[in-house]
Amino acid sequence: MIVPQLFWVSEPAMQLFPLAGVLSSTALGQSSGVDCPYIVQGTVFMLIKKAADIASSEITPKSLYLNRRTFLAGTALAGAAALAGVGLRNLLSPATAVEAKAAINGLQKSSFSTSEKVTPYKDVTNYNNYYEFSTDKYEPAGLAKDFKTTPWKVTIDGLVSEKQVLDVDAILKMAAPEERIYRHRCVEGWSIVVPWVGFSLSELIKRAQPLGKAKFVEFTTLYDPKQMPGQRVPVLEWPYVEGLRLDEAMHPLALLCFGMYRETLPNQDGAPLRIVVPWKYGFKSAKAIVRIRFTDSQPVNTWNKSAPNEYGFYSNVNPNVDHPRWSQGKERRLGEFTKRPTLMFNGYDQVASLYSGMDLKKNF
Amino acid sequence: MIRWFKVGVFLGCLGPLARLAWKAYAGNLGANPIEVITHSTGDWTLIFLLITLAITPLRKLTGQLWLIRYRRMLGLFAFFYVVLHFLTYIWLDKFFDLHEMLADVAKRRFITVGFTGFVLLIPLAITSTTGWIRRLGGKRWNQLHRLIYATAIAGVIHYIWLVKADLRKPLEYATVLGVLLAYRLVVWAGPKIQSAPILPRRRAEASEG
Ligand code: HEM
Repeated sequence: MIVPQLFWVSEPAMQLFPLAGVLSSTALGQSSGVDCPYIVQGTVFMLIKKAADIASSEITPKSLYLNRRTFLAGTALAGAAALAGVGLRNLLSPATAVEAKAAINGLQKSSFSTSEKVTPYKDVTNYNNYYEFSTDKYEPAGLAKDFKTTPWKVTIDGLVSEKQVLDVDAILKMAAPEERIYRHRCVEGWSIVVPWVGFSLSELIKRAQPLGKAKFVEFTTLYDPKQMPGQRVPVLEWPYVEGLRLDEAMHPLALLCFGMYRETLPNQDGAPLRIVVPWKYGFKSAKAIVRIRFTDSQPVNTWNKSAPNEYGFYSNVNPNVDHPRWSQGKERRLGEFTKRPTLMFNGYDQVASLYSGMDLKKNF
Repeated sequence: MIRWFKVGVFLGCLGPLARLAWKAYAGNLGANPIEVITHSTGDWTLIFLLITLAITPLRKLTGQLWLIRYRRMLGLFAFFYVVLHFLTYIWLDKFFDLHEMLADVAKRRFITVGFTGFVLLIPLAITSTTGWIRRLGGKRWNQLHRLIYATAIAGVIHYIWLVKADLRKPLEYATVLGVLLAYRLVVWAGPKIQSAPILPRRRAEASEG
């Protein structure tokens, strides 16, 4: 069995083979109950181990638990034993981190902001598609808590007048930070409204001085399997690469982002530096960027490489072009019960002119 | 004693549902509760299918003949969870929009194959009663109930087709199913051994899966 961190045992295996869970949770037992705030790089973390409150709601109700013992005593079979597996898996799930982040002051308001209801912070920081950490959306919050975001360098190269390696702090000073409240639509059919902090990506691109030949920008996410356990598994080709056409990247809506909810970005949301392209499906908005490269040929983005018929280069939000495996006509805004219709370009019609004359069914 | 044990197994099988209900009540289903419910009921359908399919090999290999008494119940729980799974889909995902559902079944191969698996389970659930076993006769009943192999295979393919990139979990299920089916192939192809003596007039024992 693969055991990357904290005696991880995969979910169905745990359910089918609860005894494996018993063994690994015994090992985990020693470290449980540690509940100490400690300092990491000037940031205060509160570690709340789930194991510290085993008795509470999360875990199997007692009657069922007693049931389980009867079963394990009698036979290693049947549903109740599998149920025990789920209970034990809860014990194994990583600690929840509550991180005190730095507030970002002096934010300017943006006319691009929507007035729609902002999604609760708790949801945006605990439900993350961030395969570098895990393919389970609930896991990056725990797995990214010790992710090192300082020092952080960003290489700007390719078709530029001069290659640069910039410290992220220098990049953050390029322009005044704005709050931009954007809709964010995932290709999987759910959406959120996030008050991002950053400034237009064009500010950086101007300073990068791309050559006339440059037609595209490519963004590369950090590759560091030591810190990013998801990269130890070849579910995608690492490092993660995304790209935009240069005119898309220059559009004022395209955001270079380093904060949200008026604070610095939480690690699980792409700290310290990411982009946000609100008219495209979420996976186009690369996280934890270490390289920005200008090219004359269209970059091959990671998801496109993984399944070319499902994820295109453009990946504009488009209710009329279904994903081969599900409809894109509707979406579920997190926190809402019914689904709402998905809007063309996620409601950002001002980008339509970028694609005039293009067949968006072909260039999906 | 045996009676109570059976009640215990029954309650245990309701555990996954109880857990979901409790979490829903406590507001503990995370940012996207409907996704959690869909996934959990889907997972448990597959788990119960596999446990059901494990009964016969376990019984043969361990000589614990009493295990067969639990097979029908476990199979029906697989059906119970797929009904919940299906209801989640038609209600919480599609909001009874028949047009959309038909489009899905026709266009999305993962739905098509899942739906097939579900439909194939329906006759098995209906004929699970003692009356139906008698009416069909053990042999024909057994033949009909081999449809569970098709359902389990459909369930695994459904899962393989619906994940975006991470095939690890569906492949774990596929491996377990592969072992369970391989066992049957081996038994079927191997030398015909006299099967364990069937006690006279013990109806459930007559059914081999
Ligand atoms: C025997 C039949 C079936 C089995 C064994 C089964 C099993 C599963 C499993 C294991 C999952 C994934 C759970 C996870 O990711 O943890 C799943 C997801 C799902 N199933 Fe089924 N299923 C069956 C039938 C159906 C049917 C009939 C429908 C609807 C018509 C359906 C719709 C779905 C949907 C919509 C998802 C979620 C897909 C996503 O996350 O994108 N399933 N099912």
